[in-house]
Amino acid sequence: MIFNIDYETMPREGLEAIQLRRLQATLERVYATVPFYQKKFEEAGIIPSDIESLQDLHKIPFTTKQDLRDNYPFGMFAVPMDNVVRIHASSGTTGQPTVVGYTARDIDTWARLMARSLAAGGATSGDIIHNAYGYGLFTGGLGVHYGAEKLGASIIPVSGGNTKRQIIIMKDFGPTILTATPSYTLHLAEVAEEMGVSFRDLKFKFGIFGAEPWSENMRQEIENKLRIIAVDIYGLSEVMGPGVAIECHEAKAGLHVFEDHFIPEIIDPETGEVLPYGENGELVFTSITKEAFPVIRYRTRDISTLSTEPCICGRTHVRMTRVSGRTDDMLIIRGVNVFPSQIESVLMQIDEVEPHYQLIVDRKDNLDTLSVLVEVGERLFSDEVKKLQDLEKRISKDIKEILGVSAAVKLVEPKTIARSQGKAVRVIDNRKL
Amino acid sequence: MKVEQISIFLENKSGRIAEVTRILAEAGVNIRALSIADTSDFGILRLIVDDNQKAEVVLKKQNVTVGKTFVVAVEVEDKPGGLHRIMGILFKADLNVEYMYSFVKPNTTDAVMIFRFEQLDKAVKVLKENSVNVIDGDQVYKL
Ligand SMILES: [Zn+2]
Repeated sequence: MIFNIDYETMPREGLEAIQLRRLQATLERVYATVPFYQKKFEEAGIIPSDIESLQDLHKIPFTTKQDLRDNYPFGMFAVPMDNVVRIHASSGTTGQPTVVGYTARDIDTWARLMARSLAAGGATSGDIIHNAYGYGLFTGGLGVHYGAEKLGASIIPVSGGNTKRQIIIMKDFGPTILTATPSYTLHLAEVAEEMGVSFRDLKFKFGIFGAEPWSENMRQEIENKLRIIAVDIYGLSEVMGPGVAIECHEAKAGLHVFEDHFIPEIIDPETGEVLPYGENGELVFTSITKEAFPVIRYRTRDISTLSTEPCICGRTHVRMTRVSGRTDDMLIIRGVNVFPSQIESVLMQIDEVEPHYQLIVDRKDNLDTLSVLVEVGERLFSDEVKKLQDLEKRISKDIKEILGVSAAVKLVEPKTIARSQGKAVRVIDNRKL
Repeated sequence: MKVEQISIFLENKSGRIAEVTRILAEAGVNIRALSIADTSDFGILRLIVDDNQKAEVVLKKQNVTVGKTFVVAVEVEDKPGGLHRIMGILFKADLNVEYMYSFVKPNTTDAVMIFRFEQLDKAVKVLKENSVNVIDGDQVYKL
């Protein structure tokens, strides 16, 4: 189902005309109300009226995560606090948290975009949504929540954690849609199995997963274990939260970016040069309808590709490929760029391997070393040493062939790699650089 | 004529084997025979126990990876050339031994050899044709 048929299937010329008008209005507003943007524009020698076409957007400087941190907590807000009705913040695990605000209208816009997203992922007003995204400062839980209400579906605000209780709720309430991070979903599947609950007996039809990078192989694993159709959702609090882009369940081939609200670009992360559609690079977003916290050319550090190829679902909005990694997750191992997601793809090509792995990077005698820990589940285990050693060799060889980097593969006992309730810790970098 | 063996994946760190034997002892499972094959970073513990099902349940509960395979138990007389004769029979029949280990039959000096074959049924047939005493699983569990 398409929630907003007029806007989501609008011919591109019309869409671009709307984008330009909204962009110009946003630039005028941030220039007048946010000292940070005014200073940035002046340093670049431009004023908002210089932007006469969408291409002119390239003239405007980027905004980075550091810029948001420098203006902690409310320095980037474009409206008085009186008009702000909600505050969210990203986790500060890698530095100062970034704080974002919403006006009442922003909350409504977000709810509408999340309603579009849930509908694209297969939900209707008749569905019951089991929402296992965390509620709180993190935008996942409340983002889905408001969207589900806007769609008219029934929402179970179960949030993250207390997994056994979640399984009981799934059994008793019969939810038909699951929203969660992909790693927590696999954890749910494990716990359900331990409790003797089969997803065959549950009512789930669709799942909408995001908030962390995942792979096509993980999708297949989730679809098989949960017997659902799984789609990818994208968003980040700095741009809005979940609902910036969504995969349609009809095609499951890239996420439609809601271009009537956001302008996406792909740039070369090294040079900042804008890359044409089809090329892989860093995603940059400009919000064109947000009131409290507009962002202009915000560098997400997420790696993706954009495509305007028509989609079978009828939506005309550009599609981004699933995020394949982050510019700052990128490991440089002996000069080779390695994304953890690439290693995951290699592992998931091997039938017996479950997606429980961890990468450990070290530096010994001035040489980088990469170890890949892989848990030995029942399907992988053999009573013969040679078979296990052959498997280790095969993984090493595949990684070497596909990524061009040598890795020491080490088999470890099940459940020794930490399972997180939310985001999975996939990389431990012990190098002191 | 087959014997069920359980095998366990262990990382090479101290105390892991003791951990497994403790889990089994607490569950009242008796170990009849045990062998370890190890490499620099992992090991495979192979066990013949008196209650395979119970062993599997209690180990899995403790997140231990358990595999099950069938092996062949053969009685070897305590006299020179006892094992050599059996190996000769297997070699002649072109039967490849994946691995083997032994234990001494309680209250005797006779050894019991455990063999892991890829072609298990053929091995049992060949051994019996050559009058080797192949011991039944139920008997081994009770030894
Ligand atoms: Zn589509």
